[in-house]
Order: sequence, then structure tokens, then C-alpha cells
Amino acid sequence: MALIDIEPHEIRQRMMDDLQRALKKPMQERHWAMVIDQDKCVGCTACTTSCVAENHLPPGVVYRPVIEEEIGTYPNVRKTFLPRPCMQCEDPPCVKVCPASATWKRADGIIEIDYDKCIGCRYCIAACPYAARTFDKGYFYSDGTPFIPQYERSPNFEYGEEWPRKNRDSSPVGNARKCTYCIHRVEKGILPACVTTCIGDATYFGDAKDPESLIAELLGSPRLRRLKEEEGTSPTTAYLV
Amino acid sequence: MKQMIKRLVWLIAVIGFGVGLYGMYLRFTTGHRMTDYGSYIPWGLWVAAYIYFIGLSAGSFLLSTLVYVVKVKKLEKIGKLALFTAFGCLIAALISIWLDLGHEFRVTRVLFHPNFQSMMSWMGVLYSSYFLLIVVELWIAIRVDLIETARTGRGGSAGFAKLLALGSRDTSDAARQADARKLKILGTIGVPLAIAFHGGVGALFGVIAARPHWNSGLTPIAFLIGALASGGALLTAVNYVWGPDKDKKQFNEMMKFLGKIVLALVLFDFLLEIAEILVGLYPGVPAEAQPLQAMLFGPYWYVFWVIHFGLGVLLPAIILFSTAVPGGRSDRSVAGPIAFACLLVTVTFLAVRLNIVIPGLINPEIPGLEYAFSGPGLKFTYMPTAMEWMVSLWVASLGILFFLLGEKLLPIVKPENREVA
Repeated sequence: MALIDIEPHEIRQRMMDDLQRALKKPMQERHWAMVIDQDKCVGCTACTTSCVAENHLPPGVVYRPVIEEEIGTYPNVRKTFLPRPCMQCEDPPCVKVCPASATWKRADGIIEIDYDKCIGCRYCIAACPYAARTFDKGYFYSDGTPFIPQYERSPNFEYGEEWPRKNRDSSPVGNARKCTYCIHRVEKGILPACVTTCIGDATYFGDAKDPESLIAELLGSPRLRRLKEEEGTSPTTAYLV
Repeated sequence: MKQMIKRLVWLIAVIGFGVGLYGMYLRFTTGHRMTDYGSYIPWGLWVAAYIYFIGLSAGSFLLSTLVYVVKVKKLEKIGKLALFTAFGCLIAALISIWLDLGHEFRVTRVLFHPNFQSMMSWMGVLYSSYFLLIVVELWIAIRVDLIETARTGRGGSAGFAKLLALGSRDTSDAARQADARKLKILGTIGVPLAIAFHGGVGALFGVIAARPHWNSGLTPIAFLIGALASGGALLTAVNYVWGPDKDKKQFNEMMKFLGKIVLALVLFDFLLEIAEILVGLYPGVPAEAQPLQAMLFGPYWYVFWVIHFGLGVLLPAIILFSTAVPGGRSDRSVAGPIAFACLLVTVTFLAVRLNIVIPGLINPEIPGLEYAFSGPGLKFTYMPTAMEWMVSLWVASLGILFFLLGEKLLPIVKPENREVA
């Protein structure tokens, strides 16, 4: 049953239009949100891979793994897939515990990390009930080969800044890292990498404060669930089950 | 015997320092890449070592307040020893946690850009205060001895004592009384401070709702009792070798007194553990029960059963029961067995700290996460690597060497109170 009155090919156009509209507003008047339709997710992990490519994630760092769950016993077996980006919580436990004031919640709802301020204590990683934060220990994919190719050193653009992987000591090496909702893309008017690469159109993104937006419509769905709400984190990322 | 132990401790510390240097070399050339903790188990041996050392420090310090605040006569000669032991452990603890940071040279941000909602920021404030307090208190406690050493001693030690006396010369009775008053005030400030910083470390873990293994009101209390038990045990073991043992009878009495305190604390600490374990296991809520099951029956079951329970609770309790508790024949020297039992408690307490940190982190936050993506550090098992052990060995050896040198160069225990000066 279609949840909302929209044809599949219109989904992306509408999300892009919503995005343009949201960007015209002041930052504090928009609230980025993501909804993932588990009924439509096929578990291809294109989102995981595009996220690694977009953010130049090194070995050991992952922002959006897809967790598989097998339900039932043979011959009545089904699989569900749970892509897990950052929940961008309303009450983020990671922000509360940071001893160096290096992470905070922005007016538009994104939890930001300042890599130049993070001391790498990993308290936030321990505090996140979703394991959304990972630790960049300074690995390169070419470890064990004679040299590190330039493409491994080229910068990512997280939070709108350039973060080249200069060496193994400089940020973001040694920092806690997590999904940013690709805010560097979003602020340029491009949807997050996981959204554009989703082959099942299962990931939606937009401004929750805009009642006309697709995301706002989806957030009103009775199928909507959020992960571990009992933790008191009030996650922004939501799922349609 | 005691001379031999001293030499042995020197030997262990020097070898440990040397071997550990290689670990330090790897730490500063390869960062965190050779460690086994990572993204899913973010904390490992170094964090456990940190809460271990800081517990030893807090426990030893709190016992020193029995001398300077409560004025317990039996212990008056070891006040300085307790303070200095606490100082050595504090240094080891701070270095241990400093080496654990991803950006160790940004550590000052904790002090200059604190977030007072974070228990870890409070740790920065409280440890700095504690560090200052312990230095000032120690200096006042040895001030008169420094002046006397500077006057009567010869050569280097006199010069060193004079230097450390910082120009202070007054050894009159009035000055001594003033020192005692100051020590009482500092010790009195120190009691809530030590409770705050060590209860605070417990709270640092206790407040994390995402980790049911830690998230308990008992956690800060268990940290404090554990600190008193392990710190008290360390002080007792140290006292046996470096303490004022000239008056045999008095020394024996003091060791028995300390032994009884340690016994009570070890058993009380174990009671708290049992409470946590049984209450956690009974309802069978997976997030709460699984870490406990892993601790008790998982692949590293021996850390709890053999190292902690067998060698850290049962055996020391039996020894202490049969040596420290019986009254009467105080002529029989029981100091050796008491010290041995306390050494066991001290050393094996690292197992307790590891069993707090690691099991709390081994449960995937979302079932299936362990299979979702692979890479270094994306796993829910942990065993410290050789490099991690070497770094911790270096830190421990540094603390021991600091103590040994200080004990040699500073008037921590008056030579006239020692059997072998």
C-alpha cells in the first residue's frame, strides 16, 4: 500500500525541490531528518559503500553499516535490513559526555564534531547506544604496500571543511568520527550520498520543519519507528517498518 | 629478606621500564594502530590500568587521612609513606590515561575548554586539585625532616634536602604544631576530594546508559570501596618493606591493624560485586546479563575466577583471617604473610578493573552489527596486544621507580624508625 500519494520516479525530484526550499531559510528554521523504509531496503549496501567513498573513510571507520536480521525458520525465512546512520539525536549522549567541548548539536539538528578540538578519548563512542561513532586509528588501505597513493591522502569535506589525510597523526586520525548526513553536500544543494545511491529509494531526506516536504509527510506515518527510544535520546533518524 | 625484596623490586622495575620503553617507542611511532581496541570496543587495557592506578592512589591517600585527620595513633609513622605511595600511583594513572588519548597533546582542552556536563571534564578539575593538594601536603609533612636532613646530613642528600626545603628553616615546636594543623586542614579537604574524584571515575562509567554493565548507582560506590581495598592493600605491602619496622612489636601490631582493614574492605568490595552480579543475572535481561555471563563463563572466565576470586579474594582472605585477625600472641611475627596477602590483593585488582571496562563494551549495541561491516577495530572481542602490555608495564615501572627513588632521596620514613637504615 502506498503510504503517500507519490510515484516512485517523483521521489527524488521532490526531495531535491524540498532541499532547495529548505536552503533558502535561515539555518535555525530547518531541521534535517532522515527516514529509512525497511520495507523497500534490499540490503545492497550501496549506501555504505557510497558513504565510504564520499567521506574517504579509512579502514575501521564506518558511518552507515547495514545490519541484517534473519527472521523465521526454513522454509519461512525472511531477511530485514537496517541501515544505521547517525541518529542525530535530540538529546545526544555523545555531546553530553565530551570532555573537550568538541562536539555539539547544530541549530539544524546535525551533531557536529570539530576534529581539531577532539582529543580522542572515545568517551562519546562508549556513550552512543547506536555505535554510530567509530575511532579513526590512522590506517590506510595501502598499509603493507610500499607507499600510500595520493588518493588515500586527498581531503574529505566533512562539515564543509577540507580534511586531507596528511599523515597518521593529524586529524581526523585520532578522532571519533560519524555520519554527518553529508551536510557538506546538503548545504550545496545535493542530497546525501546514501540517498542518491539507494537503489530501492528506501532512504528519504529533507527538512522536518517544512510541512510541505516529503520527509515531513513520512514522519507522520503510523509505520514510523525510532531505534532505542527508551534510551531517552530522541533520535531524529527514523524507520518505516 | 626485606633487602632482597627491595632489590627484587628495583630489578623488576628497571627491567619493566626497559622492556616497556619499546612499547612506548611503538606508541609514539605507530600511534594506536598496534592496539586491539577500536571502534566497537573503544577502551582497553590502558583505561583499565588508569582506573586501577587511580584507585590505588585514592585508597592510599584516604588511609593517609587516618593519620592526619583522624589521628589514628597506630598509623602515625606511615602517614608520609601513604601520601607518597598515593603520589606515585597518581602519576602512573595520569600517564596511563594520557597515553590512551587519540590526540594526547590536546589534553589541556579538558582543562581550558571543559564541558561540565561531562564527568571526564570534572576529572580534569579534580585530578589537578588532587595533584596540587598531594604535593603541598607531602611537602608540609616532610618539611621538618628536610630541614633536619639538610642540617645534619652530608653531601648530596643534604643539598637535595636543602633545595627541597625551599628556604624554610623553622623547626620550632610552634612551627611543627602549625604543620600538623595545616596537614589536618589539607587532609580534611582531601577526604571529600578523594571521594569526589574516585566516586567521579565510577560515575564516569555509571552514567553511561548505553552500557548496562556500568549503568548502576552502585558503580561509584564499588569504585570507592575497591579503591580503599586495593590502595589499602598496596600501602600494607609497601609498609612491610619500606615501613618503620624498628619497633618489632609496634610494627607487627600496625601490620595486623592494616591487615584487618584490608580484609574487611576486600570482603565488602566482593559483597558489592556479588550484589551486582546476582541482581544483573536474575532477570536475564540480555543487555545486562550478557556482559556478566561473559565475565563469569566467557572465554576469559579465568580473569574473574582464578585471578580475581582465587588469588585476589579467597587466598588473601584465608591468609588475613589466620594472621591478622587472631589476637593474643602478638610476639609472633605475622607481618610477612599479611604483606604477601596484600600484595596479592593489589596485583590482582587489575582483573577487577578489566572486568569493569571490557565486559561493558562487548555487547553489540544493535544485534548483528558485528557482521555488518568489517575492518580493523570493528569487532566485539578484545585482548590487549603485546604493545599494550608493554606500555602498561612501562607506566607501572615508572610509578615504582618514582617511588623507589623518592623513598631513597626523601625523608619518607625516618631512618631511626627503620631496622636497617
